[in-house]
Amino acid sequence: MSPGSRQVAAAADRPLVNLDLMRWHLIASAVFFAASLLGGLAYSFQFNQLYPFAGVEWLSPGRVRMVHTNMAAYGFIANAFIAGMLFAIPRLTNRPILSDRLGWLIFYAWQLILVLTIGGELGGYGQGIEWGETPIFVDPLVVVGLVLLVVNLSVPILRTEEQGLYVTLWYFLAAFAWTGLVYVMGNYLPQFWVPGTAGAAITGLFIHDLVGLFVTPIGWGLMYFFVPVLLRKPIWSHALSLIGFWGIAFFYPMQGVHHFLFSPIPMYAQYGAVVATIAVEVVVFTVIVNFFGTLHGRSDAIRGNLAIRWFYTGMILYALTCLQCAFQVTLTFQKIIHFTDWVVAHAHMVMFGVFGFWIMGVFVELWPRAVGKPWASPRLLTGHFWLTLIGLALMVVDLTAAGLVQGFSWAGLSHWGASVVASMPFWWVRTIAGLLIIAGQGLFFYALWATARQPAVAPDLHPITVEAA
Amino acid sequence: MERFGASFLIAGVITFLLGFFLQGVMPVLTLRHLKTTPVEETARDIPPEFAQLAEDYPVEFERYLGKVDPPTFARALRAGKASYIAEACWHCHSQYVRPVSNEDLRFGPVSRPEEYQNEMNLPHLFGTRRVGPDLIRESGKHSNDWHMAHLYEPRNVAPYSVMPAYPWFFDAERRPTLRALGLVAYLQWLGSWLPAVPATTIYNASALETTTGGARP
Repeated sequence: MSPGSRQVAAAADRPLVNLDLMRWHLIASAVFFAASLLGGLAYSFQFNQLYPFAGVEWLSPGRVRMVHTNMAAYGFIANAFIAGMLFAIPRLTNRPILSDRLGWLIFYAWQLILVLTIGGELGGYGQGIEWGETPIFVDPLVVVGLVLLVVNLSVPILRTEEQGLYVTLWYFLAAFAWTGLVYVMGNYLPQFWVPGTAGAAITGLFIHDLVGLFVTPIGWGLMYFFVPVLLRKPIWSHALSLIGFWGIAFFYPMQGVHHFLFSPIPMYAQYGAVVATIAVEVVVFTVIVNFFGTLHGRSDAIRGNLAIRWFYTGMILYALTCLQCAFQVTLTFQKIIHFTDWVVAHAHMVMFGVFGFWIMGVFVELWPRAVGKPWASPRLLTGHFWLTLIGLALMVVDLTAAGLVQGFSWAGLSHWGASVVASMPFWWVRTIAGLLIIAGQGLFFYALWATARQPAVAPDLHPITVEAA
Repeated sequence: MERFGASFLIAGVITFLLGFFLQGVMPVLTLRHLKTTPVEETARDIPPEFAQLAEDYPVEFERYLGKVDPPTFARALRAGKASYIAEACWHCHSQYVRPVSNEDLRFGPVSRPEEYQNEMNLPHLFGTRRVGPDLIRESGKHSNDWHMAHLYEPRNVAPYSVMPAYPWFFDAERRPTLRALGLVAYLQWLGSWLPAVPATTIYNASALETTTGGARP
């Protein structure tokens, strides 16, 4: 089944896609994205010994860093993913979500969770678990919110009368099963029941699964939906789609300990994690090949269609990330690069360079539908693309190099201060790269606003392809 | 298989459980013979630095903590760990020594699983990034006074430092409060179960002088 052939078939009583709900999730995504960006920028100035809020307890850099990462994951990415799924699932199943009322409840609950998370972390109630810093009193709300979301979005998939489920829905359904389990495991087991070294193994699994079993499958699911729609051709190979999905589903959940190599965690778990990681990097290349096979013959779209450009730029960065990962996960690389800025570069490349870029493409495609108006200025969006890409590339190259400097400085038994002093120029470049990214997002936020406040136009937006200026 | 959506939900649960078993449950089973020590039991071994803390800051120690005894030490450890988590110290300081990259020369003995099998490591604070040095062998490396001065303004004792200052750990007279006393007690506890490792004895100090233009840290 090609999702491109699907027409918007309004149900008898209500529209197929709840555009209002989708729009508000997009707005929330942009708002918390801004919070994450500002947190990251402020935090980076600490490394230049120029922190703007020095001495202010609730804006202490350690607390602000939690806001930066948590808002990126749970504010920016989660809200945008929900918006993307609110659009894709009804179009693929020809059924609206279970309940619009429940959809709004989830929307408000999720934003409340995010506000409580920011308040709790800045107030000194952050949890001591990486990516799980959401305060302990917020965790039950998150679990309830996730369960409601899964019910609301999986019912149309499970009840669809379409012949055969499209690949996108495989990824979404698997992610629905994974996300809640991962969240409960990571936020509860090491906090209350499993201390020390074994707890670290579970935390490693949480750090890893949050990216691998929540962000990755929903991200790929959205790509399998939007790319064929925008290119107006089916995915290149169904067999590769199958291999990619089942390979990721099998290998991705068994690599958590690779975040703690050379730690006291039993070595067999460390070796197993390394082998499974290299295996999944091989598997994901089948997915990448599949998408470039799909692009074959339509590569002009990279130039002409801004959403496609974001998607495929993200995929090239995904290929780079995965190639890098297959090397950096080995014990040989870990001796030097672990604990350094190399890992920070890697995290930014995958969370922002891949999934953030895909979300930008989703925004390019969905925002005109959400507000019922075409983009006010394609030139702004093109500027947004280039500033973001250049800023991110600079940050990744810079921090990767900084990581090597730090790692070799430590291994060479230099005084600790020598590694800090040697890192300072790199940290300045990181701040500048961040400013480039933020300048790009400034254009983006202005474009969102300018588009929404245009006078209303005819509702039929086809084709909504955004030509790059 | 592609017809029935439930199969993907079930596959998700099964693959999650498989990974959870291999990477989570098996390490738990391997380490199951280690007994988990409650904080009160951990606090029976009072390191000399904690007794010293009562002598260094007698008024504040008595006001916020009391006497030098195990229940007091347990309270100090809990308070210190709470601050360590609230300020997210663990984002920039790890707590395990690896058997590679000369880490045993720099920090001390390589970490072993039994060192972490206690309530103080619930949750564990291994960390994944080192902007500052590892802290699991911190006990005895610096004096209590050094730690207080360092927490108040790190650059007073290490000009190159990018660590934030924590003036809110101190009162209006710049005397330590419970947060400072607890955190120093916690830091001086880290590794106190092993013989103390002297600080900065093996470093190549000339490397720092080269990069700072001769300024001593």
